[in-house]
Amino acid sequence: MQQSNYAIETQGLTKSFGSHNAVDQIALQVPRGSIFGFLGPNGSGKTTTIRMLLGLAEATAGTISVLGHAIPEDAGVALPHVGALVEGPAFYPYLSGRDNLARFDSADSKADPKTRKARIESALARVGLTAAAEKKVHAYSLGMKQRLGIANALLQPREILILDEPTNGLDPQGTREVRTLIRDLASQGITIFISSHLLLEIEQICSHLAVMSAGKIVAQGSIAELSFSEIHNLTLKTPDADKAISTLNSLDIEARNEVGLIKANVIHNFIAPETIADALVKAGVKIQGFTLEAPKLEERFVSLTGEGFDVAR
Amino acid sequence: MLRDKFMEGFGTLVRSELSVLFRRRRTWAMLATIACIPIFLAIAVQLSGSTIPPGEGPPFLDRVSQNGLFVGFTAMILAIPLFLPLTIGVVAGDTIAGEANTGTLRYLLIAPVSRARLLVIKFIGASAFAIAATATLMITGIIVGLILFPVGPVTLLSGDVISIPAALLRIALVAGYVTISLMGLSAVGLFISTLTVIPVGAMAATVVVSTVSQILATLPQLEIIHPYLLTFNWLGFADLLRAPMDFHSMAINTIVQIAYIAIFGSAAYSRFTTKDILS
Repeated sequence: MQQSNYAIETQGLTKSFGSHNAVDQIALQVPRGSIFGFLGPNGSGKTTTIRMLLGLAEATAGTISVLGHAIPEDAGVALPHVGALVEGPAFYPYLSGRDNLARFDSADSKADPKTRKARIESALARVGLTAAAEKKVHAYSLGMKQRLGIANALLQPREILILDEPTNGLDPQGTREVRTLIRDLASQGITIFISSHLLLEIEQICSHLAVMSAGKIVAQGSIAELSFSEIHNLTLKTPDADKAISTLNSLDIEARNEVGLIKANVIHNFIAPETIADALVKAGVKIQGFTLEAPKLEERFVSLTGEGFDVAR
Repeated sequence: MLRDKFMEGFGTLVRSELSVLFRRRRTWAMLATIACIPIFLAIAVQLSGSTIPPGEGPPFLDRVSQNGLFVGFTAMILAIPLFLPLTIGVVAGDTIAGEANTGTLRYLLIAPVSRARLLVIKFIGASAFAIAATATLMITGIIVGLILFPVGPVTLLSGDVISIPAALLRIALVAGYVTISLMGLSAVGLFISTLTVIPVGAMAATVVVSTVSQILATLPQLEIIHPYLLTFNWLGFADLLRAPMDFHSMAINTIVQIAYIAIFGSAAYSRFTTKDILS
């Protein structure tokens, strides 16, 4: 087995439904040990990509390598090391939470039946479901099912966790617990691949990101790489709008007046914020507020994937 | 080596499949309904009191009141055309489509279990239900027969009289014969179940296959294809009720059912192993 630096790597990965490319020539590179955020609006191809990574759907073109194993050919070798939550949890409603986990665990021929009970109990404890383990799943709330789905992904020591929208249906408390759990797992060296359309969730915990839009990856890299080499936003609050704009123009900064606020795009490291403030003060511009900062992930996301409720295509 | 790999953890998953199947209320409801067939039949015969002239009603009906051991046979003949195929349709049609519908299929496959293995296990599950169904029917038949009617040595179709233990052996053989028939239908249901994510559709289609096959078997114009029909030999276990026992029809039916299992099993395999699981 060739040892790759990437836990997951795809080349030219494409999935077509008829003439429509749901996933179009994507080259994912998920470094080992990273918390990799997989972002994109609904319908951008995230879940289709995840299905291909897990061998559930066949790629139309391209290659997939998970832990150095080709998918789907060697899925049987790779998948025991991968825990996943795909497009929501799914269980047998007439079985208890504990029996559902036993069912999925017995499908894994590599899972040791002798340790099954202990592994199930520890997975249940990890997501705080021990008290509800005997309840039938049809009596579970959406949040409890989500937790049980995460427990199912944790039945074995894994090298990769693929979590598709893991905090769907969880209350803020539950969301925070999941974030803590993910950080905790990542600190043990597990690679976490987490897809979401909720930016806040991802921004707080991820080390790497890929952004999908209309089947293509429009940005990929570490958080640092993605936030720098970046155009930063200048916002100035002042009663002296005209004077401020001419001063900024003299600094080669193209400024505009937006409803009482002066705004400008400034290339990062092109000019220090204190230099700008200094020039404004010297020109006699009264400053009521001044910020120069990297765009938030959310703005970046919208700029990459388009605004509004429109599905990508 | 390959065989060892395939068998690794196989028993565990078979146990899991059976436990999931037999912990469903639906399974028990169907078995309970099957048990009602001999019970109602026996009660009806008992209440009517009058002796039924030979040749009226289902075969053996006239003998039920004379010998309780005939309850099971008669109930079986009543249940073969529609009721047993209906229950098999539910179980076999649900095998893959039901898991796909609830989404549990994707979690089984990424556990991971190979698709070929999952198909084999699903077929084993459906066959186990077929065994449970025929056994339920026959055993209930024997029990109500014992309660409501005199039981004694059995007069066979050939006129020979056999002892009670020998009769019980024949009852078991008939149950086995019907089980094999139902396994053929299970393979058809398994294939249909790989085509859809709507379990009810697969269940209905499986029952339709069995019904259409029985209709075709009644059309004399289609005589040439009759021997190849799934259901053509389903009622042909009279041979087992003669002395000496004749296994000819059992052999023919078994061959036909094995052919159906092979054909529809391969079709299910080629369909399921190339299918995108998008549910």
